[in-house]
Amino acid sequence: MDFLRTSVIPHFNYWIYVILMMIGLWAMIGKNNLIKKLIGMSIFQTAIILFYVSIGVKTGADIPIPAHHAHHDEAAAGAGAREEEDKLDPDAFANPLPHVLMLTAIVVGVATLGVALAISQSIHKDFGTLEEDEILEKIKASTHDG
Amino acid sequence: MKKFALVAVIVTGSLLLYAVGDFPAFGDAKSPANAGVEGGFSVSRYYITETAADTAVPNIVTAVLADYRGYDTFFETTVIFIAGLAIFAILRVANPGAPDRRDRPSSDSGVEGDHNRVIIGMTCRLLIPVIQLFALYVVAHGHHSPGGGFQGGVMLGASFILIAIASDLDTALRRFSERRYLALGCVGILIYGGFGLLCQLLDRHFLDYGVLHKLMGVTPVMARSHSMLGVEIGVAFTVTSVMFAIYANLSTRGELRSGL
Amino acid sequence: MIPAFDILILVFLVITAVIALKVRDLLSATMIFGIYSFLMCLLWAEMGAVDVAFTEAAVGAGVSAVFLIATIYNTRRRSSD
Repeated sequence: MDFLRTSVIPHFNYWIYVILMMIGLWAMIGKNNLIKKLIGMSIFQTAIILFYVSIGVKTGADIPIPAHHAHHDEAAAGAGAREEEDKLDPDAFANPLPHVLMLTAIVVGVATLGVALAISQSIHKDFGTLEEDEILEKIKASTHDG
Repeated sequence: MKKFALVAVIVTGSLLLYAVGDFPAFGDAKSPANAGVEGGFSVSRYYITETAADTAVPNIVTAVLADYRGYDTFFETTVIFIAGLAIFAILRVANPGAPDRRDRPSSDSGVEGDHNRVIIGMTCRLLIPVIQLFALYVVAHGHHSPGGGFQGGVMLGASFILIAIASDLDTALRRFSERRYLALGCVGILIYGGFGLLCQLLDRHFLDYGVLHKLMGVTPVMARSHSMLGVEIGVAFTVTSVMFAIYANLSTRGELRSGL
Repeated sequence: MIPAFDILILVFLVITAVIALKVRDLLSATMIFGIYSFLMCLLWAEMGAVDVAFTEAAVGAGVSAVFLIATIYNTRRRSSD
């Protein structure tokens, strides 16, 4: 119980990220169906994104979009340099850097998922199945014939 | 295979869980990732404090995405475009005998007269303009509120996918033909790259938008803000066309007829 | 300290991930994967990553589920495991 309170609960996000990542990895290696492998790949990917987003969290911090006050108009008028006391407190906003990195990763992820699905359709066209063991048998049979 | 997978996963997982114990506590504002090393320079702190003065953009995430890390986003967009082309390469070459879509007269199949389609068709007809308008808002307002080129582009692409699902692919292709979406994808990349090259022509680094104030007639700070909107529009074009291209080819195995 | 809301979502995430991989009907697996993505999106929105959550809601729960369904429509709905 002590272990739970001191070690698991403060890092619960990280524990879940490891568990989800391992579920995804297990599906990618151990599952027989290619679509299931791809769902596992997506789970793996979102687990890593969860890890990055968890790193950027600050307790009690705001979202990284500061209130939209006079800055915009002043900058338009040519007041480029800001006064020192107007600077935002960096601890009051969530870390934007992991968000940026992961935002593009998600969209690239869906594009690569599309490529993977296209490859599995092409495999289904050639072998008539999406089960890994059946595909391997058919490949073996065709090499014996030829 | 399953046993091997289980062993590999358990070994890797326990090693990772062992490492988790050394992580900084969740939500710690002073962790190295959030605050840098003691006394050192922290790039994420710089982004939070200086974005408003540098670019006049309230949404820090968009500012970092399109300005500070513009290279990153440019090549991510290229990766998405290449993924779209890869799908063409995989599904089109695999069946060379498929009839050319452009030669075939567009057919109004009898399925559309089905009574069940009336409700779906009407709902989508009402829904799609709203979705597209919201998608354009998300693109245009991406530097003030959550959103931007990627999200708006995906939503715009999804609205065309909705047309294809609600009626059929022919109806969607009549509005957004193959030639048109491929051109749109290229135009998106070219807009993004064009902003970068324009900066180079004005003797600055690639994607250093501040110098564009000479062309736009505003302050350098506002020039960065406006250029961000420009590159977001480019990203949105590419993402829209690639999302629809992937759907159109996946749902019909690259033959582009009567899919899902 | 993590609020109880987070812990609830995290536990549900693991449950949906396991079910999505255990179900033999691929269409159900895709739908449960969509639920997984929406839970993930909820979690990120709660953590302050609004842009990431927005993207995940549009991409993970929307478009990638459509792509998976399009492939299942053209191949087979049953899976052996």
